[in-house]
Parts: sequence; structure tokens; C-alpha cells
Amino acid sequence: MADVDLGSDDGKKGPGVKKAKKLSTRVDLTPMVDLGFLLLTFFVFSSTLSQPASLHLTMPDDRTDTPDDANQAKASGALTILLGKDHSVFFYEGEPSPTGATWKESSMADIRSEIVRKKQSTPADDFVVVIMPGDNSVYSDVVAILDEMKISLVDRYALVNIDDVDKKILASKEH
Amino acid sequence: MGRPAIAKKQPTVDMTAMCDVAFLLLSFFILATKLKPQESVTIATPSSVSKQEAPSKDLVVISINPAGKVFFSVQEAEKKKAMIEDAAKLANVNLSPDEVDKLTKQSMIAVPFAQLKQQAAMNDKEIGDKLPGIDVQDSAHNEMRTWLRAANDAYFGTKMNLLIKGDNVAKYPQFREVIDALKANELFQFQLVTNPEAVPTGTLLWESENERKK
Repeated sequence: MADVDLGSDDGKKGPGVKKAKKLSTRVDLTPMVDLGFLLLTFFVFSSTLSQPASLHLTMPDDRTDTPDDANQAKASGALTILLGKDHSVFFYEGEPSPTGATWKESSMADIRSEIVRKKQSTPADDFVVVIMPGDNSVYSDVVAILDEMKISLVDRYALVNIDDVDKKILASKEH
Repeated sequence: MGRPAIAKKQPTVDMTAMCDVAFLLLSFFILATKLKPQESVTIATPSSVSKQEAPSKDLVVISINPAGKVFFSVQEAEKKKAMIEDAAKLANVNLSPDEVDKLTKQSMIAVPFAQLKQQAAMNDKEIGDKLPGIDVQDSAHNEMRTWLRAANDAYFGTKMNLLIKGDNVAKYPQFREVIDALKANELFQFQLVTNPEAVPTGTLLWESENERKK
């Protein structure tokens, strides 16, 4: 297969000279190469290309009701991010409002700039991000927000269960 | 005009080198490959910038599939057996030693306690997405707590790598119940399985990484 047959170049010998049959000792390796690459492709595709990474998450022990002063953040330094249906993101700064007047709508793409803005405008000791995923949010959104904490180097953040007031406001704002 | 006759040569390509290369690469990949383990539940994990590799030893994995069903698997057979025995006792399920053995051999726990006996009778191929998953409806019916308590007892004094492997589209409430179950067992450190992704340029993490390189 690898050789191209251009016809034999014998026959130039004079008459009567018996040509000795030359047997080629060359082994055609093409099928062997084919086989090699076939198996190679199989192993390349079936191997685990990238080992999955893992995101460390440490939850606070919140079962005891003793308020720890060191963990009590100033409300003014808090940024609360709420996750709703269809990847919608809402946030508010400071104290929660019962009517949702301070709520602003954002998106997964824009929330990073909000986090950075809040981080830079608050003293480092007061800054804390509270993540409240709503019942309609999906797991990937939660991981994406936790990832944003890493991306924006937020040291203090908490994954908190949404309360009833916020749940109602979130439900009214979700489309 | 005597044109010099072009010598007729057979243009042969020597395949030996090519063959060598192919088999060299082949042997490399054969030796370096870890075959993908057959997964009975398909889960597409989200991506994160985390560079830390997921551990591969002492695994205790809680999987949440796209429909929000929760599955539980423990890597080490010995610990798994102890855990199943313990959990069955806690949940008042009577399992024969034979049934415990069968459950230990299966890849994961995929049913509520009430159906544990049925799962023990299944063969490994039947275990997968079609089973109802562990019951984690709300904090009153959270069987994950019992399982984790049993796992915690089985791993007492030894290291346990807790992994949560959730699917992109799994809803949050199931994840919350899983976290609640972990918290209830004083397991505050766990890891979420993600696909590695590049750090977006211009962000604070990106800047700090660049500074470190300099």
C-alpha cells in the first residue's frame, strides 16, 4: 500500500538470460500502523481527560443560638444575593426591607461588578455576602455564585436559607 | 536529442518509523489511562475556577441527579457494610446478612428505607436513574440524616472525603436538604464536584494570581 507500483523495470536483459525471481523481503507495515492508530484513538477517547475539580465549602455550625459577636456583621456591610427562577439574580444592600423596595435586579453576568463595587465601598471588616437561593433556583446557580465569591476574593460569605418575607418578595419578582 | 532517462524508482514510504510512533503513543495511553468508571447515574456537574483536584480515596459521594433524586455511595466495601447495617438498625429495617451483602456490592443506595429490601433483590444493572432515590422531601422526612449518621459512625476516627455531586439543573431544595443533613451530623466540611474552568481575566482573583507569578 505504501509502495506505488510503477511497473517492473526488468526486461532490459538480453534474450536468453533467465531472470532470477527476486522476492521482496519488505513487509508492508501500513495495516500495522492503521491498527496502531485505531487502538490509539480508542484509548485517547476512553481515557478520563481531566480529573474533576472540587470546590471546598465549609458551613457554619448554626444550630446553637448563641450569637457570636465576632461573626455578627454590620448590616450596612452586607450584600444579600437572592437566586430565583431561570437564573435570575436579585440583590440588596444592608438591612432587608419588608417590601422589597431596596431590591435590585441583576444577572449572573453582572453580579460580579456589583460584588466588587460593594467590596470596594465597604470596610473590609464589615463586608459580608449572604447568599439566599430561592426554591426555584438550580444547583448550578448556587455553585456559580459560590464561584463568584472565589473569583472576587470574598472571604466572608454565607449560604443562608431564605426566610418567608424574602420568599414572598422573590416570588412576586420572578417572571 | 538525448534526454537522460529518468530512473524508474519505486517511491516507497518506509512505514516502520510511523509504526514505531503509533505504538509508542499507544503504549503510553494504555499505561496512563484510567478507564472511565461506568456510571449508573449521569450527572453534568457545573464548572468552577477551583483548581483543587477532587480526591479519589475514602470517597463518600452524595449525587443529585437532574430530577433532584438523591443517591448515596460509599467507596470502601467494609465501611459501606458497617454503614448499611447501622442505618438499617436506625431506620428499623430488618435486613438479612445476605441482603446486606448484596447492598454492599451494589454501586449506590438509590431507594428510601421502605424499599431497601427491594433494592437488595435487584441486580446492578437495574440501579440507576429510574429508582426513586433517597427520601429528602423536607426536614421532617430526611433519610439522608440517618445515612450520614451511619456513615459517620462507620468512618469514626478515619478520614472521610465528602463529595456532593450535583447536576446543573437540579433544583436547590434537594441540595438544601442534603446540606441540612450534613449539618445535623456535624459534618461541616465537604466538597462540591465541579469541572475546572479558567479564571476570567480582569477579576480580583486573576489579578492576585498574576501578582503571585511575578
